[in-house]
Amino acid sequence: MAEVIWGLATSHVPSIGAAMDRGKADDPAWKALFDGYAPARAWLAEHRPDVAIVVYNDHANGIDLDFVPTFGLGTAERYEVADEGFGRRPVPDVVGDPEFSFHLVESLVDEEFDLTVFQELHVDHGFTVPLSVWTPDPGDSWPCPVIPLLVNVIQYPQPTAARCFALGKALGRAIRSYPKDITVGVLGTGGMSHQLAGARAGFINPDFDALWMEKIETDPDALAGMSREELIRQAGSEGIELIMWLIMRGAMNEQVTRIHSDYFVPASNTAAGIALFDNRLPQRA
Amino acid sequence: MSSETPPSRFDLPGTPVFDGQTSRRGLRMNKLFMSLRTAQNRERFLADEAAYCQEFGLTPEQQQAVLDRDWQAMIDLGGSIFYVYKLAMMDGRSMQYLGGVFTGMGEDEFLAAMRAGGRRDG
Repeated sequence: MAEVIWGLATSHVPSIGAAMDRGKADDPAWKALFDGYAPARAWLAEHRPDVAIVVYNDHANGIDLDFVPTFGLGTAERYEVADEGFGRRPVPDVVGDPEFSFHLVESLVDEEFDLTVFQELHVDHGFTVPLSVWTPDPGDSWPCPVIPLLVNVIQYPQPTAARCFALGKALGRAIRSYPKDITVGVLGTGGMSHQLAGARAGFINPDFDALWMEKIETDPDALAGMSREELIRQAGSEGIELIMWLIMRGAMNEQVTRIHSDYFVPASNTAAGIALFDNRLPQRA
Repeated sequence: MSSETPPSRFDLPGTPVFDGQTSRRGLRMNKLFMSLRTAQNRERFLADEAAYCQEFGLTPEQQQAVLDRDWQAMIDLGGSIFYVYKLAMMDGRSMQYLGGVFTGMGEDEFLAAMRAGGRRDG
């Protein structure tokens, strides 16, 4: 059976990718952020999975507002890096794993999570920045095949936090029911608190972010109980994308080991968080 | 500021919520913004902005907001910030610039507030 070996939660702010692409990771404005990634990157380099799943949202690059799937899964052999307007990021295209994707789709639909299936998808910064947070210098290819799991977080009504957590649990079961003995890393992306538009633009809530950072490990059920309104109030209108962390967390065991976490303000207009969890811990009976 | 600013979905001052009705209202304009991903479309847009807006079927108010680069009005008239940002990027404007506009602080003050840890409610 397949096994989730780690979960990585990380913000996907485009300027994090841009700072890396332009060699600015050592600039004073950025150095603390990237220093905060280093322990996670070192651990991840020693724990390369056979496949990764990135839970993310698109930002008007791979899909538009003609179709707004609440949840979607990629089943392609390859995902091209999107040109978001001024040339694509200088990072490799993404190799997929269609066989594993189709297994996940079938398992999840059987569990009544009726995902949209993407046979072709250009992946944007929401997807590639987390890969860069994990692997800053991928060379010609990312460390392993990667499967995109899309979530609508930009058009209300977004799925509830509870639904995301439940999807994550079903995803975990789907992974474990795969007959091949492969290891899997799951990335939950987005957040932390931020708001881009309105008179409240620039809103950051470090107290809430600290609470989220703790509970995502110890009490994700408490986070899954939050309403959209509460999330927007506490984390800002775009901070609601933190619900994607709950899909990652749901796919993991009840007890996980925190390897590393860090918090940095600001990455552009956003509070950037990273949290890495080891899933291979003996579970209480 | 547009006179058509709709009430926010939640009682959250200064917090636009991009819901279904907003998306419906802004669909044509957001499609225009999405089209600006390609250099060819950016050139066509810049050659005759009004004609490009008409081609996409914007309302007169939306067209005026686009021509005037009235960012707040674009949001009020159904723009999604992620789509509006395509136009801002074409103009060489950053998200911090837009933050300065939406808050009335101006870009420099907004940027300083972010570097100081971000803005708080109240």
